[in-house]
Amino acid sequence: MIIKETYPVAADDMSVAGDVSASIKRQMKRLGIPNQIMRRVSVCTYEAEINLVIHSDGGEIDFAISEDEICVHVRDVGPGIPDLDKAMTEGFSTATSEVRNMGFGAGMGLPNMKRNADGFAITSEVGKGTDIVMTFNI
Amino acid sequence: MTVKEIAQVLDAQWLCCEEEENRVIHTAFASDMMSDVLAYVQEDTLLLTGLVNDQSIRTAEMLDLPCVVYVRGKNPHKQTIDRATLLGMPALSTQYTMFEACGRLYAAGLSAVEIEELDGDVGL
Ligand SMILES: Nc1ncnc2c1ncn2[C@@H]1O[C@H](COP(=O)(O)OP(=O)(O)OP(=O)(O)O)[C@@H](O)[C@H]1O
Ligand SMILES: [Mg+2]
Repeated sequence: MIIKETYPVAADDMSVAGDVSASIKRQMKRLGIPNQIMRRVSVCTYEAEINLVIHSDGGEIDFAISEDEICVHVRDVGPGIPDLDKAMTEGFSTATSEVRNMGFGAGMGLPNMKRNADGFAITSEVGKGTDIVMTFNI
Repeated sequence: MTVKEIAQVLDAQWLCCEEEENRVIHTAFASDMMSDVLAYVQEDTLLLTGLVNDQSIRTAEMLDLPCVVYVRGKNPHKQTIDRATLLGMPALSTQYTMFEACGRLYAAGLSAVEIEELDGDVGL
């Protein structure tokens, strides 16, 4: 393992949403991760971070780099997603108009994460939380 | 086109990083929805938006976009411009509407991004 870091993400505070993704991007730049991979990881972590802020009760993002893989593990403490198939559908969103006025809530985040990651696994339980693991080959 | 030429075509005001005026840009994407930008923009593309909050610059940062143009004479909050300045990301403000700004840039030679067929099968 070259690095492994855990970043907390608070619910509701849109003013700092993106700080964690920016830190992760700086790490990748410092380590010389190729631009194309860096861009895909950044898109995924940013979408995930925004989701934690606007949909969850708070959570954490683990960022790990090993010899041949980058792993981003996103988990939160609720409220969980009742219908994962629906949530993974482009255009499905429960975001408020307030969130939409801030440029999010198009229902594109989860499908876009799946498309950009080489590996994507999501599990969710109502009342418990959501867990997403994304991997990227280096 | 260079950012300098883009600023001229749009009669735009520089908000920051005028020293980056020689960056060359071929494609543009216009949206107020940042998750659409994150889903559709792949290469070094100009972003035109009416969204003036921090997330406009943060989105551009994540995608390594070369320049952001704010339309309809909107001016982003100071902290948003500060963020762009820190990143060395040129930002412009134009009085034109989104439609007119896009029309002028298209006529001047900028192209649309190619939307790759988003595969319908994004289910689990
Ligand atoms: N961490 C989460 N906790 C609870 N619900 C979530 C979480 N992430 C996503 N969801 C649910 O899944 C839906 C789809 O998520 P997705 O990220 O695709 O779109 P969005 O966040 O609504 O809009 P966009 O990502 O385009 O800004 C959300 O509207 C929300 O109902
Ligand atoms: Mg989302």
